[in-house]
Amino acid sequence: MTLTYTQVWLLIFCLAAMTALIKALGPVLLGGRELRPWFSRVTVLMAPTLLSALVVTSVLAAGRSWSVGAHTVGVAVAALMLWRRCSLVLCVVVAVLVTAGLRAI
Amino acid sequence: MAAASDEGAREAFRRGLRSGVPFAVVGFFLSASFGVLARQAGFSVVQASVTAMIVFAGSAQFAALSVITVGGGIPAALTAASLMNARFLAMGIALAPSLPGGPMKRAAQGQAVVDSSWALANRGDGTFDRWLLFGTTVPQYLTWTLGSVFGAVFGGALGDTHRLGLDAIYPVFFLSLLIAELRDATSRWVAVGGGLVALALVPISPPGVPILAASTVALIGLVRRSR
Repeated sequence: MTLTYTQVWLLIFCLAAMTALIKALGPVLLGGRELRPWFSRVTVLMAPTLLSALVVTSVLAAGRSWSVGAHTVGVAVAALMLWRRCSLVLCVVVAVLVTAGLRAI
Repeated sequence: MAAASDEGAREAFRRGLRSGVPFAVVGFFLSASFGVLARQAGFSVVQASVTAMIVFAGSAQFAALSVITVGGGIPAALTAASLMNARFLAMGIALAPSLPGGPMKRAAQGQAVVDSSWALANRGDGTFDRWLLFGTTVPQYLTWTLGSVFGAVFGGALGDTHRLGLDAIYPVFFLSLLIAELRDATSRWVAVGGGLVALALVPISPPGVPILAASTVALIGLVRRSR
């Protein structure tokens, strides 16, 4: 730990301000306008691309390198269950149990 | 007319509250693991809890924490967190036309965006149901706050969190949102494309950048008509 108590507070407030600014930027600059057809076509596709990128990076990457581990197996099992329409909470519990189980071996 | 739209708004808000609950349950455990890690990184209980309360952006919080855990300073932690948050720029741009009111009011409404609420409020035609978005965020905000308090207070008893497999929570959370978005062939293809772009950029760019860069795959909508 290299940060002092005060520095941690500074970090927290900077994080909060930065997050609020980023979340405000799009609505402030582009709000209150008519929706163009090309704009909505791009918007519709934004969700699957962003979410897919989030899944891939959270399960297959660690920092700047590709990585596979026990959690990859846990998530794969949960993916199958999600596909079979199991509830999210159940899938998460199974993913955690499988991951923890493999690490305990 | 006004009464009818008020009723619609209330109904959408209630629907949002209900659909936010499973994500809120999962969010509790995610935030608890943040609380545990924050304490280990030297945050006080109050500091860990306040972070969840006023930052309320999981991936950015974890990114900042991982930087300072390995000895990085405030600028490096902020940079890592901003990059993780950069996707909210894309989400905010997409959401903007669906928000009424002046700039200040729109900025305030934009604060309610979290990954799951944004994805669920997406009507599939390029517009967003803002009341559904607000409703979905409310239970998640509550459990996000409670989770970090819980993790920060009781985290010491858990010991090594890696052993517990909590890192499997995040991907499953995003995966459930992704599956709901795969409506047609086009969305499936851009999902594959976005995933590949992100994966390809992992070794050559700081965490967060691959995700933002992947969103450019959605520009295929400019040339190809999606249903």
